[in-house]
Amino acid sequence: MNFASFEFLCFLCLLTALYYLVPKRAQWVVLLLGSVVFYAFAGVTCCVFLLAVIVVSYLAVAIMGKRQRACAAWLDANKELPKEQRKAYKNKNKKGNLAIVCTGIVILGAALVYAKFVSGYFGFKVDANGLHLGKYALEIMGISYYTFIAIGYMLDVYREKAPVQKNFAKHALFVGFFPQLVMGPISKYSDVGEQYFTPHAFSGKNLYCGAIRIAWGFFKKLVVADAIAPAVGAIVAQQKGGVFFLLLCLFYSVRIYGDFTGGIDIVLGAAEMLGIRLPENFNRPFSSKSTAEYWRRWHITMGAWFTNYIFYPLSVTKSMQKLSKWSRAHLGTAIGKRLPVYITTIVTWLFTGLWHGIAWNFVVWAMLNCLVLLVSQELEPLYAKFRTKFPKLHASAPYQTFMIVRTFCLMALIRVLDCYMNVPLTFQKLFSVFTEFNWGSLFDGGLFTLGVSKTSFAVIGVGILAMWGVSQLGKDRPLREKLWEKPWLGSLAFAVVVFLVLVFGTYGLGYDASAFIYGGTFN
Amino acid sequence: MKKRIIPAVLSVVLLLAALMLVQAVLIPSRYDNREGHLLCGYYGVSDKHDVIFVGDCEIYEGIVPAVLYEKFGMTSYVRGSSQQTVWQSYHVLEETLAKDPDVKVVVFNVLALKYGKTPTESISRMTLEDMQWSASKLQAIRASMTEDESFLSYFMPILRYHDRWSELTAADLAHTFRKHEDITHQGYLMQTDIVPVDPADTRKPDMLINTVLPARSMEYLAKMQDLCAQYGAELVLVKAPTNSVKYYWYEEWDAQIADYAAANNLTYYNFIGMDAELGLDWSTDTYDAGLHLNVYGAEKWTLYLGNLLVTNHGVQDRRGDAALDALWAERIARYTQEKQQGVQTK
Amino acid sequence: MEQLIEIMQNLHPDVDFETYDGLVDDGILDSLDIVTLITDINDAFDVSIPAEEILPENFNSAKALWELIERLDTV
Repeated sequence: MNFASFEFLCFLCLLTALYYLVPKRAQWVVLLLGSVVFYAFAGVTCCVFLLAVIVVSYLAVAIMGKRQRACAAWLDANKELPKEQRKAYKNKNKKGNLAIVCTGIVILGAALVYAKFVSGYFGFKVDANGLHLGKYALEIMGISYYTFIAIGYMLDVYREKAPVQKNFAKHALFVGFFPQLVMGPISKYSDVGEQYFTPHAFSGKNLYCGAIRIAWGFFKKLVVADAIAPAVGAIVAQQKGGVFFLLLCLFYSVRIYGDFTGGIDIVLGAAEMLGIRLPENFNRPFSSKSTAEYWRRWHITMGAWFTNYIFYPLSVTKSMQKLSKWSRAHLGTAIGKRLPVYITTIVTWLFTGLWHGIAWNFVVWAMLNCLVLLVSQELEPLYAKFRTKFPKLHASAPYQTFMIVRTFCLMALIRVLDCYMNVPLTFQKLFSVFTEFNWGSLFDGGLFTLGVSKTSFAVIGVGILAMWGVSQLGKDRPLREKLWEKPWLGSLAFAVVVFLVLVFGTYGLGYDASAFIYGGTFN
Repeated sequence: MKKRIIPAVLSVVLLLAALMLVQAVLIPSRYDNREGHLLCGYYGVSDKHDVIFVGDCEIYEGIVPAVLYEKFGMTSYVRGSSQQTVWQSYHVLEETLAKDPDVKVVVFNVLALKYGKTPTESISRMTLEDMQWSASKLQAIRASMTEDESFLSYFMPILRYHDRWSELTAADLAHTFRKHEDITHQGYLMQTDIVPVDPADTRKPDMLINTVLPARSMEYLAKMQDLCAQYGAELVLVKAPTNSVKYYWYEEWDAQIADYAAANNLTYYNFIGMDAELGLDWSTDTYDAGLHLNVYGAEKWTLYLGNLLVTNHGVQDRRGDAALDALWAERIARYTQEKQQGVQTK
Repeated sequence: MEQLIEIMQNLHPDVDFETYDGLVDDGILDSLDIVTLITDINDAFDVSIPAEEILPENFNSAKALWELIERLDTV
């Protein structure tokens, strides 16, 4: 089921009504059944993958939980034994758990890699005529997200940072809660787990805040992102260079921002209507003043996942620790201190890139991000000097704006790699900015040959301003909560957003006057 | 609670009102599209009919009820619209017979049987939107919807037409609340242009790929026969006279329908190639090089078919009823006048 | 505790680690510092700080970090 569809809205309304009508003890069951219905729309193959991930993670978590309880009981019963012996017992138990969690990760990782990559070569499909083997790349909705949720949970249980969910159905709901099955966020059990199972009283505020957030998500997606999409497609398809490459960077940033943050607004809004707070995935990312800051504010739950489960564990492994000591002894403190961290940073980003898709453009994308991050880290002492020397200039509005614009441009340039999905072509087009001087096409109407009309550009422009305005108004706390406190303004705001989406949104079949002239189909 | 409910309700009302207003502007009024409103005229008439013609362009540009009354005293109405598919014809007939239960003969033009699914969403929607709300209309929508359409958009046309905001003109605003004008003559759409068939044109029709008419349309044909039987009306199948390689009626299809008619005890008249009997002259009787008849051709086909309906199917002569004569005299006068003036097509 | 402060002072001589309590939140310790610190601590105190303990609340002050080391040493 597509989020940006009427079916989804109907589904959500029905589910919400049912959710608040059933006895509170049964609310989580409604969520589970709703998730089953929602995912069933994706087809049998998708359901099989989700179920497999749920079962594997459940088994891993359950076995680890049992072993942990047994271990705690043993330690409790043998308090008089020497510390060393107790430590050894605990470590042995932990090692066993490590084997279990690793097995789980390998299985889930294999499923993920198979679905996203290997199936393109050795895939299958099921239709009325039975099973077919061959190059049928699978499209498993949301597998990157729920697999990561499940892996994160297994690791949290292994680390004893999350409770063990012994109830299989509840575990299934945690991994497969429907709003986050399409585009995340990648939630942690400690953040959301118990929320699913605690009773939620009906709350007008939750309902309003969730609904207007969904409406606003639709606005971002349909009025802005989908409206500019044809221009992105046209520039890429027609391989336009020069100034069009720069336009592509800008347009694609607008498109991905509207599409992704709008989609997440729908997800979080849907959950909020049900009284559940999923973790935020974005925090005004385009206001970031540095790349590091940007990655703390864009796709937050994914960044946190990679830091928690790849970067830090990798940093504290025995071999990394040894390497660190060795390199500091032999290469001097400056390099020695950096080498291990650089290696882990690069590896972490490599994983991040491959998670987006197993293709060269994502590898290059990841490495460029990594490069910018490491270079700016190295330049930090320089920046610090600059800050202490010119504190006034640094704090001035123009300089702050400059930093924001600089970060935006850098990120937009790197991001454009996933437009072309072709590394050499991307660089070729980048260089065409310096060789192909076609800035005139900005003013001679060339801009309007990209499948987006003048009036549409105007609406998109106003839409961007509106998105900026709303994010500014929501700096301290979400605008929707402020609106809820003003019944008149709040209700009107909702009505206005819905109206704008229905009239100016990009949806439906599109209107072509000539198609309605019958003669046109004849002659 | 009150301080929340009032603003909420008022906002919803305001939203709906604004949407309705904008929707009224955005729905294309089709004031400049002659084929935009062909079905709606029927809902405005209150007299009864003995003969109902259903089908697509070939019938609403080929049969003239005014001539049928003038020459045979036959009361009839044409219920056709652009590219009207069989299931649309079926549901249109359904609502027609519900209103006009004493119909004696239903004449169906078979060309549309070639479509097993809706060929053009926009044209299909034009037909559907022109129908009055009824169970028949709902079923017609269900039967006609193409893959990407939403059922809801027929109740909230703004969902279909919202994109028009960028191309609205002053004329759209001026026509917002204008009622549809019925420009047909009892369902007949007049064409007075003459574009002769080019005798030098030696093109052949495209190779026929599906020699059998789609099962779905044949199913609706059977349903149509059942429907007629239910009202005691006789179903007559016709194929309008045409002379073009486009929208060609293939021999294989013709044979299939002939067999079908024989097996089901129906009459089937194919008028293709009967130019001599009808007196058709393809240099003067068509407005688009043989695809459709103009008014001169239509009159010839109408006379011939009318004669068949009287002799073979016993359709009554209703002349002599003063009220009926007066009603039809008015219609005939309007028809004659428009024919003399000629139709401004562009 | 003194030994820990000394290790931390080596990283940032200009910070008063005895009292500061926003080392991570205020961005004084970045991921690079944290990883270096962990290596040194593991070495000096014969513990191994696992990845799951790399949380802001454990690294925000020397005191918190010391508590973490002590906690890791007990079973």
